Amino acid sequence: MPTWVQVVYLICAVGFILALKGLSGPKTARRGNLIGAAAAVVGCALPFIYVDHLEHVPLILGAIAVGTAGGVFGARKVQMTQMPQMVALFNGVGGGAAALVALLELNHMLDVQAALDALGGPQVDAYGWFVYAATAFTIFVGSVSFAGSLITFAKLQELMTSRPVVFPGLPVAFGGLLLGGIVLSVLTVTSASIGIGIGLCLVGLLFGVLLVLPVGGADVPIVISLLNAFTGLTVAAGGYVLSNTLLLVGGTLVGASGTFLTLLMARAMGRSVANILFGALKGGSTLGAGVASDRPVRSAGPEDVAILLGYADRVIIVPGYGLAVAQAQHTLRELVDVLGERGTKVDYAIHPVAGRMPGHMNVLLAEAQVPYEQLVEMDHINGEFKNTDVVLVVGANDVVNPAAKTTPGAPIYGMPILNADEAKQVVFMKRSMRPGFAGIENELLFDPKTTLLFGDAKESLGKLLNAVKAL
Amino acid sequence: MNEGVVWLTIFVLSVFVGIEVISKVSSTLHTPLMSGANAIHGIILLGAILVTGSTHSTVALVVGLVAIVLATVNMVGGFVVTDRMLQMFVRKKPASEKEGAR
Repeated sequence: MPTWVQVVYLICAVGFILALKGLSGPKTARRGNLIGAAAAVVGCALPFIYVDHLEHVPLILGAIAVGTAGGVFGARKVQMTQMPQMVALFNGVGGGAAALVALLELNHMLDVQAALDALGGPQVDAYGWFVYAATAFTIFVGSVSFAGSLITFAKLQELMTSRPVVFPGLPVAFGGLLLGGIVLSVLTVTSASIGIGIGLCLVGLLFGVLLVLPVGGADVPIVISLLNAFTGLTVAAGGYVLSNTLLLVGGTLVGASGTFLTLLMARAMGRSVANILFGALKGGSTLGAGVASDRPVRSAGPEDVAILLGYADRVIIVPGYGLAVAQAQHTLRELVDVLGERGTKVDYAIHPVAGRMPGHMNVLLAEAQVPYEQLVEMDHINGEFKNTDVVLVVGANDVVNPAAKTTPGAPIYGMPILNADEAKQVVFMKRSMRPGFAGIENELLFDPKTTLLFGDAKESLGKLLNAVKAL
Repeated sequence: MNEGVVWLTIFVLSVFVGIEVISKVSSTLHTPLMSGANAIHGIILLGAILVTGSTHSTVALVVGLVAIVLATVNMVGGFVVTDRMLQMFVRKKPASEKEGAR
């Protein structure tokens, strides 16, 4: 490899570092993303320039064109509410690609070794044992990431149940597959063959499925982040196998930052990563029965709620995924604007995991052009609830469930919540009495100061908006 | 110096850089950051091009082309979808500038 190519790889690697750096600040985020894209494009263009006799160029370019079309189409078409599963899907195909690349490289390594052996003479190893180990790692973890991501996609897209799937013998199957993966990895080092590589791939796929099946819906985003880090590490290992510094640095950056991000998210939910992955396996998952309760609640019509809101001095809105599903964020913003004109101070309280992923709600509200300064993060607004006249909870449930503070056995126990229960009045806009994503009942719904407004969020908000305008 | 140690050095330093550069991220940006990092590991496309460009068997060629398609979807789709998310943050220029001055 010529020196200038290595220098350009280094520049691209720096580009990735700057991209991550930029992505962690609101003002620099978009530029950071563009820098990352530019670095990736330059990096991928290099082989066409410096590799002598790169074969199958037309086919390679054709495959890139197909992939580009698919990627752009998917990225453009996806609804903002479906963003998390789209990220999961992109992550999965990346892991799958890494596993396939490692399989091909294993094939190539075996060819080289066979050619070397055919020369006769003393036994010489063309590749060290660690190269085989890294190849096995990439095949196995890449397959885990691929299969696991597809299951998270299916869960979030509601192609299958979002509840934890556990069956008797799951821990045994889990342990058996893990053991099988380790044995096949050791075999790859001691006596590699392409059959063992393919076996490792299959075991990895099954293991990935079993890894994600027992994870409950609310925890799936954290698993996406974890699998994202996994894919990063496989790309890094692939970089070592192929002796390519850009793959090594890029993959390691994603592996490290992805792991760190996973821990940050888990902390925001008050959960440990081990508990999320293996809680259901140990039988520790105590997700509620998920049945609608028939305990008495107080419900009201839009006109009553309009009066509550219209004459309040201080209102806090707690938006949740239900708002986004109903595509009601634009109507909500109109309502907030009207209330603001009437002299009511209104803010949005954003729970770190509102929506389906940390920061997801900010994206959804930004789409509806809600001013950035009205979005207040949990830590900043939690002290203000006790001075608040009305809290309007739109399509959220678990993030205001006091069980997180009061019921040690609840699955969400320990998760920081928005202190909506401290406000003078609470209004829930709900479609039904069905529990939230975590599947547990919310005591706040039965509190005497709580009023429920049943119906589709968009319709109800529309009626509410007209009623407030008529005041 | 042993070549393996050189690779190990690059790896260890990259781990620290990876953690350090994102350590101050606000939870608002978790989703775009995850998505952007996801796009970066699409660089496996480079590896896929390198191995596919040196295969001689038909089966390996087909597998390589599949890997290229998958890796391209990861990389291109990842960057495009991240940009779409971030466009929504950038539109309100005055607000974000006020945020920076605070």
